[in-house]
Amino acid sequence: MDFTPILENYQLYLKGLWITLQLVSLSLVIGLGMAVPLAILRTSSNPLVNAPVWSFTYFFRGTPLLVQMFLLYYGLGQMQFMIELSQQLDFLKDAYWYALVAFTLNTAAYTTEIIRGAIEGTDYGEVEAARACGMSRFQTYTRVILPSAFRRALPAYSNEVIFMLHGSAIASVITIIDLTGAARIIASRYYNPFEAFIAVGAVYFCITFTLIGGFKLLERHWFAHLRPREEVKAKGRTKDKAQQVI
Amino acid sequence: MKKLFSAVFVAALAIGSSLGAVQADAKEWKKVRVGVEGAYPPFSEVTADGKLVGFDIDIANALCEEMKVECELVTQDWDGIIPALLARKYDAIIASMSITEERKQKVDFTSKYYNTPAKFVRKKGSGIEITEEGLKGKTVGVQRATIHDNFVTEVYGDEVEVKRYGTQDEAYLDMVAGRIDLLLADSVAMQGGFLDTDDGKDYEFVGPDFSDPKYFGDGAGIALRKDDDDLREMLNQAIEAIRANGKYKAIQDKYFDFDVYGS
Repeated sequence: MDFTPILENYQLYLKGLWITLQLVSLSLVIGLGMAVPLAILRTSSNPLVNAPVWSFTYFFRGTPLLVQMFLLYYGLGQMQFMIELSQQLDFLKDAYWYALVAFTLNTAAYTTEIIRGAIEGTDYGEVEAARACGMSRFQTYTRVILPSAFRRALPAYSNEVIFMLHGSAIASVITIIDLTGAARIIASRYYNPFEAFIAVGAVYFCITFTLIGGFKLLERHWFAHLRPREEVKAKGRTKDKAQQVI
Repeated sequence: MKKLFSAVFVAALAIGSSLGAVQADAKEWKKVRVGVEGAYPPFSEVTADGKLVGFDIDIANALCEEMKVECELVTQDWDGIIPALLARKYDAIIASMSITEERKQKVDFTSKYYNTPAKFVRKKGSGIEITEEGLKGKTVGVQRATIHDNFVTEVYGDEVEVKRYGTQDEAYLDMVAGRIDLLLADSVAMQGGFLDTDDGKDYEFVGPDFSDPKYFGDGAGIALRKDDDDLREMLNQAIEAIRANGKYKAIQDKYFDFDVYGS
């Protein structure tokens, strides 16, 4: 085991780390932004609204991320209009944007289904109560349905974030030098796949555990009402219940 | 727990090394597993019906026939082809691998079985010249972990952006898609694998032949693990034999109309 080539090339890894973080965070933010309206449309009982969103999530959840990225990068790249267009627009030559689009659409599809599930799990009594208070549809969503849906979606969404981080490793197959891409360059230049990939695995490991820690804090904050209360408060709660019964 | 772990580890090591010892003893080489790439036309490619064909493949089969051993061809992606040899997934690599000093630190080579120069390819009419000035800001596509990757990274790394691909075929795809300005690869591989095909008709060679042994080595040889001297000897003799008995020439003429063995 000799880690000197990795230490000597730490800059390559740092650059790769930066690209990975960029790709993952950008695709997650845009994907989440797309997923919220899509999830609301997906819960619609009108098939004309529901079906297009359903087919979108069906396609992106039904095929591997790698296949989607190949379709976009190599598939689309063979189309004559794309070849001509990329002669005028330089950024179309850059693999980065294809990976970003593929990642974004993929995570949007998964997040849509996560949020849809959470929205459909909303207690109908809460919606009726909101209506009874005279809230509009929009207000009902922003004040009642979405806040509680986000809360319930959080554990599943934290998994999606981690899957996305790990999924981003395949960006290296379309020439992007992300973390994994950096490891592949080192592994192939020094013929030391073991050291190169252990080092990069350790970096992914650290990011993953930072993310898990972050989500734990968020859950503590958002699920404060589900934690066992202190004794005094617990007594208060039984009293409340007693009053309710009366 | 730690003790248990180390006990298991030691046991695994012991089993591993004893297996190695058994293999080392049984060196009659009745069967040789050969690692090939399968994505490097015209040297090595997989046909639509899943068969391996190409110059490397024919050479491998001819050598095995000459050595009177049974051969099994194993396809392996290029950037893992040396690690897989070291991991004993196969015993020899016949995949147009150039004999370079860097690789010699990890593996042994037979004498060369062909030697052809590297060249750049550009789009016809693009007017790109292979000078420091002409290359500035251009994007060059190469196959990852090849001599061409090392050469362009070290010599022109400051002028150009290097895009690295897993296979040569992927680099051709991106050239046609207009995403890279130049390709650098073996001239014969690009002639047969790209320029002569329908996709490659708008492209042409540019610049000099590159064959500086410092970067490009001494031609393509067969790579072996360092402890397999007997197999290397067998292969060296077999290469000489097929050179002498006309089999080599017959295979060469099937793919090329010039001498690929080089001087």
